[in-house]
Amino acid sequence: MLAINKLNLTIGDTPILKDISLTIEPGKILGIVGESGSGKSMTALSAMQLLPEGSSTSGSIQFNGHELLDADDALMQDLRGDDIAMIFQEPMTALNPVHTIGDQIAEGIMLHEGADKGAALARTEGLLERVGLPVSRFPLSRYPHELSGGQRQRVMIAMACAQRPDLLIADEPTTALDVTLQAQILDLLRDLVEEQNMGLILISHDLAVVAEMTDEIIVMRNGEIVDQGKTEDILHHTHHPYTAQLAEASTHIPVRSQPPVLSHNAQEAGLAPLIKAQKLVRDYPTKRESLFKPGTPFRAVDHVDVTVYPGQTMGLVGESGCGKSTLARMLLALDTPTSGSIQFNDIELTTATDEQLTTARKNIQVVFQDPYSSFNPRHKVERLVAEPLYLETGLSEAEKRDRVVAALEEVHLPASALDKYPHQFSGGQRQRLAIARALITRPALIIADEPVSALDVSIRAQVLDLLTELRQRLGLAYIFISHDLSVVRALCDEVLVMEAGRIVEHGVASDIFDNPKSDAAKMLVQATPNLERALNNRRAAQKQ
Amino acid sequence: MILFLVRKTLWAAVTLAVASVLVFAALEIVPGDPAQVMLGINATDEAIAALREDLGLNKPVLERYFSWVFGMLQGDFGKSYTYSVPVNELVADRVTISLPLALLSLLISTAIAIPVGLYAAARRGSLADTGIMALSQVGIAIPNFWFALLLVYFLAIWLQLVPAGGFPGWEAGFFTALKSLLLPAISLALPQAAILSRVTRSALLETLGEDYVRTARAKGLSRRSTIWKHALRNAMIPVLTILGLQFAYLLAGTIIIENVFYLPGLGRLVFQAISLRDLIVVESVVMMLVGTIIVINLLVDLAYLWVDPRLRHRRS
Repeated sequence: MLAINKLNLTIGDTPILKDISLTIEPGKILGIVGESGSGKSMTALSAMQLLPEGSSTSGSIQFNGHELLDADDALMQDLRGDDIAMIFQEPMTALNPVHTIGDQIAEGIMLHEGADKGAALARTEGLLERVGLPVSRFPLSRYPHELSGGQRQRVMIAMACAQRPDLLIADEPTTALDVTLQAQILDLLRDLVEEQNMGLILISHDLAVVAEMTDEIIVMRNGEIVDQGKTEDILHHTHHPYTAQLAEASTHIPVRSQPPVLSHNAQEAGLAPLIKAQKLVRDYPTKRESLFKPGTPFRAVDHVDVTVYPGQTMGLVGESGCGKSTLARMLLALDTPTSGSIQFNDIELTTATDEQLTTARKNIQVVFQDPYSSFNPRHKVERLVAEPLYLETGLSEAEKRDRVVAALEEVHLPASALDKYPHQFSGGQRQRLAIARALITRPALIIADEPVSALDVSIRAQVLDLLTELRQRLGLAYIFISHDLSVVRALCDEVLVMEAGRIVEHGVASDIFDNPKSDAAKMLVQATPNLERALNNRRAAQKQ
Repeated sequence: MILFLVRKTLWAAVTLAVASVLVFAALEIVPGDPAQVMLGINATDEAIAALREDLGLNKPVLERYFSWVFGMLQGDFGKSYTYSVPVNELVADRVTISLPLALLSLLISTAIAIPVGLYAAARRGSLADTGIMALSQVGIAIPNFWFALLLVYFLAIWLQLVPAGGFPGWEAGFFTALKSLLLPAISLALPQAAILSRVTRSALLETLGEDYVRTARAKGLSRRSTIWKHALRNAMIPVLTILGLQFAYLLAGTIIIENVFYLPGLGRLVFQAISLRDLIVVESVVMMLVGTIIVINLLVDLAYLWVDPRLRHRRS
């Protein structure tokens, strides 16, 4: 159906793809794996002929008897959305905010079938029903902003599958979603492939996702295919060193030299908690029901208790929207709880004076998810990393500089980084800078909010190693927020599972993952893609 | 929606109140006694005192302020010192020139700017785009009164296509009257069009880079229908903002342009009233302009709601 042969792509003078060859048959799922910049998306966009300006291609892309590299606009417009469709990564931005979802799906139907709007909208209802958005609850007049990320991705899928395309290309369709939504969307895609006998190209950086879903895999690196074959063969034997490296990185567990810090041991030993939050509640006001009646407040955090001992790593997991980040903001004293108390050492954060807050803030630092947007692009590293030093008075410029150099050393960055701007660093290096910024006040606790979610697997492994090493060397405690259980398991001593603002389970990390008790924990464990489990399932299926 | 309108109306009231204090205070501070100006330098002190009494200028400041404000609330904007006619009548007369002038130039500027901006964005980096952007740079740099003089020289004096100034009145025939508004409208419009076309271009370029534009292309839409159906409406949001600001600017711009073209409009009325210290006219006309601008801002806000469904929920 689709056969790409010796495809080369250059944009401007930069070679992007080199000698890409692949084929895909109806009803099959082909996975393309690789790290950012490996050329996965560009391969997909080549097949759609939606490459950026200044691109030039050579080779051949045969699709159902058409040579796409020679196709004119008219032919491509007929094929796109009708025979080849594509789903993009970002459900939040991939839909037009000013048109209703009904109109956006119906548009393609009208275009390719020549249907009138009434008929197209009627078909749209059926399509939305199929992807799990029944019209009774999700009328066609909804706008994208009235839907959650997972729901929007369903709309995208309905749109892409409207014409029963022969080939569907899904470019990281679940990367922006949390694990439970990811599992639902992947199930939906798998069902549609069977139902409609489509070919699916699934692009992902997550080997476990690809292992669960695909028949064949292509591993890409720097614009070239480095490994290619049946999924079991590729992942089971991992002949190719790069594939092996990816597999290792995605299941990487940092080596621990100290036993986990467990709460009951700490309690028995008479250790004082580092931070102890009790009965924390945070309400948000909602839209007024009418001019005279205020809305019922939304309870984002509902009577939560959190205790972390010095040197302990506490995981905080839950679906998006469960209140993790709100809780983190209160622990950082960036947000005031509606009720409850937070004791940090001897300071009660909820009633602390400015002076006490300064002391507390020196000791509690934060690392955010996105290493791209958490730095001001116009400042140099020296200034960015020194930022938290405003909390310490009486430091001379030279002393400040020394502190920055020391913090950079801790995260294995050279002192020459001082005079560079953030854009001169890779994603992984930027996350190191973020960690250096957190370390500079010599804190006792770092709250890390999805610190590795935006990183490629090999860089993620490095950052996890770094966090582990710092914990041992500096005796840091972490509160580690994530929806990715494999990461939490690799790093945390204990885990709190959060659902709808409440803590529904608390226990030793390995116990929760091997033997989850609450429904929320079970669902998270079940939904988390797991490379080993996926391969075992495949082998079991083959033996039958 | 109702809550939105109530809130907007309250804000409008507050803005008007603040504006009235500022306008009144500003004219209290400027030197120059209306009675003195009206009677000329040879007037006797007694005559001036009598006139001041007559005009009510001797009453305490607060009393004058409040009687002015309460008058306006009842639709009475006072009586001109110089013309001895109610300000309402003066304004009603002049507005038939200034409002068509402002609307005409707004029409001209959008009719030029939006197509030109779209064309430039759709052909980004082409010779046409570079040329248009260079021209718009020139358009922004040239002050409108200077531009007006050039237009008069070429179109009115040299080619004799349109009158160089003055206004025959609407009773002279619609097109004759419109013709004499054309040059002033163009001179007001061109600098605005230059700004607006740049805004349109950059807004459209920005939306063309959005993910949903790629989605539309992936659906099979052509480049052109993607621009019309998906990019344009999103690009209109910043354009509307500038358009609203520009209308306010156009009203202010009429003061200069009406003087260049000898048009007996509101701008000229204000200008003369200032030089004659006809304070009540200045105050009342400025308040009317403030009111108009508030109404325009409200219309722009409503247009936002129409264009962008995301705002409908946040605000209502």
